Amino acid sequence: MATGTKRSGESAITDVRHRYRAGVLKYRQMGYWDGDYAPKDTDVICLFRITPQDGVDPIEAAAAVAGESSTATWTVVWTDRLSACDSYRAKAFKIEPVPNSASQYFAWVAYDIILFEEGSIANMTASLIGNVFSFKPLKAVRLEDIRIPVAYVKTFKGPPTGLIVERERLDKFGRPLLGATTKPKLGLSGRNYGRVIYEGLKGGLDFMKDDENINSQPFMHWRDRFLYVMEAVNKASAATGEVKGSYLNVTAATVEDMYERAEFARELGSIVIMVDLVVGWSTIQSMSNWARRNDMILHMHRAGHGTYTRQKNHGVSFRVIAKWLRLAGVDHLHAGTAVGKLEGDPATVQGYYNVCRDSFTRRDLSRGLFFDQDWCDLRKVMPVASGGIHAGQMHQLLDLFGDDVVLQFGGGTIGHPAGIQAGAVANRVALEAMVKARNEGRDIKVEGPEILRKAAQFCGPLKQALDTWGEVTFDYTSTDTSDYTVSVAVSN
Amino acid sequence: MMNNPTGRLTQGQFSFLPDLTDTEISLQIEYGLGRGYAWSIEFTDDPHPRNTYWEMFGMPMFDLKDAAGVMMELQNCRKAFPQHFVRLMAFDSTRGVESIVMSLIVNRPEVEPGFVLARQEGSARRVRYTLRREER
Repeated sequence: MATGTKRSGESAITDVRHRYRAGVLKYRQMGYWDGDYAPKDTDVICLFRITPQDGVDPIEAAAAVAGESSTATWTVVWTDRLSACDSYRAKAFKIEPVPNSASQYFAWVAYDIILFEEGSIANMTASLIGNVFSFKPLKAVRLEDIRIPVAYVKTFKGPPTGLIVERERLDKFGRPLLGATTKPKLGLSGRNYGRVIYEGLKGGLDFMKDDENINSQPFMHWRDRFLYVMEAVNKASAATGEVKGSYLNVTAATVEDMYERAEFARELGSIVIMVDLVVGWSTIQSMSNWARRNDMILHMHRAGHGTYTRQKNHGVSFRVIAKWLRLAGVDHLHAGTAVGKLEGDPATVQGYYNVCRDSFTRRDLSRGLFFDQDWCDLRKVMPVASGGIHAGQMHQLLDLFGDDVVLQFGGGTIGHPAGIQAGAVANRVALEAMVKARNEGRDIKVEGPEILRKAAQFCGPLKQALDTWGEVTFDYTSTDTSDYTVSVAVSN
Repeated sequence: MMNNPTGRLTQGQFSFLPDLTDTEISLQIEYGLGRGYAWSIEFTDDPHPRNTYWEMFGMPMFDLKDAAGVMMELQNCRKAFPQHFVRLMAFDSTRGVESIVMSLIVNRPEVEPGFVLARQEGSARRVRYTLRREER
């Protein structure tokens, strides 16, 4: 793509009298495109995937994105001249056609750090994904990735606990953590609900979990749930000698309600609370501060993200959401399973995990990561793999995600033919057997099924689990995949 | 008596598997050494889940690069405390980790006392829970 051409009418107008004459100019004439711009270390850099309307020049479209996500309006305004307006203009500085996609372009846009309020995801998102996503000259636009400068990263507190401290508090090391979501997700009374928690935790799980839409409904009010759940958690802890937890979902109609529920969870001795992504950025940051003050692990369920992350042509990639959530400060984040029932191509999902756990995330196009990202010692988020996974996939999960992950088998625990406790035992035995084998130097990717069969010889519940679900796979094509094979080089 | 499905304390990486043989323990030690971890041995007769600090059987073996040496220390610990819980812990000093990264129980008493859940009932259905060691 010719990014440096400067035909008349297509480059920034430098004559100020011409530039600020009342009327309408092209965005690139207004200064929102600069093919020679070298981004500063302190700039926020965004990579957008844009689909211009037919007949709209891609450079003009990129300039429009930069304009509409920073200072521009549709017409020239003289009040620009009261400010150092050039520094406030975001600058599109590069575009490239998306490989194998005729009508789409990648557009790189740089933003000066002055545009953003310290420590505010709400502010960053209001700019970067504000008006621009409804902009008519674009058929569609997607925020693919973002580079957040170190200077801005340092204004965020990040996860209140982080995966290292979480493990120390739980006294659990060297293996993925195990969890399960209580099912059915709706309809159980508090007393019945606590039964599921007790059986799962006593059987060997580390965590149980409220589902995203369990709040305080007629069949189970939140106080009742919390009381029964904590009875179950403490009883399971006594039965095993382990620290146990159950994510108490404090999502509610108002932030005040959420504080009230979180306070009650703390009073009852819970080590973890949960919020849904749908509560919004400001609430998430408030709850993160609360969790920090109260030594509480904060579990984030990414409810609703699929409405804007899944389709490749429009929305926001989950890798961007994951970056924002790490800055905003959550301890657990559902980041996909690759092998389960929910959307997620393995390499793309690994990219999300890197964003959660890296000290320094390296650019890796095959995993959808377009930028190096220095996390500046910000605490690490524990990713959660949840949704349609079972013990028979243990080798794949461990191979894909390593130790620092919570593997959540909801149906794969509670649906076990011999009951919840047996389901939990099956998962824990499968996990420990696989970690042990990997550490012994075995190639679990290849030998996994054999390792599981061997473990099933001394563990009846695992045998039943493998007999029930061993062949279940969710083999559908992912919609959100990398546009690059490893061999394709893209200049930075 | 622990009343979970294993009948035992389930702390550590491999408590749901049959006890590891010394050869198998050596392999785990080698895995850790290969990743640059330092091994340490700790023991206790009080495995309460909130008892963070078990007694150290000597210092972490920062400079020991040989599994046989760690195993020798483990044998010494087992000999000295045959009826205690003994665990092996691996430390990773990498910046951003700087914590324990492996932990496995490698010795158990013949009889593992369980925990009693003591409940102190308060108003509004609140219960204050305390885990106490079961009397032998």
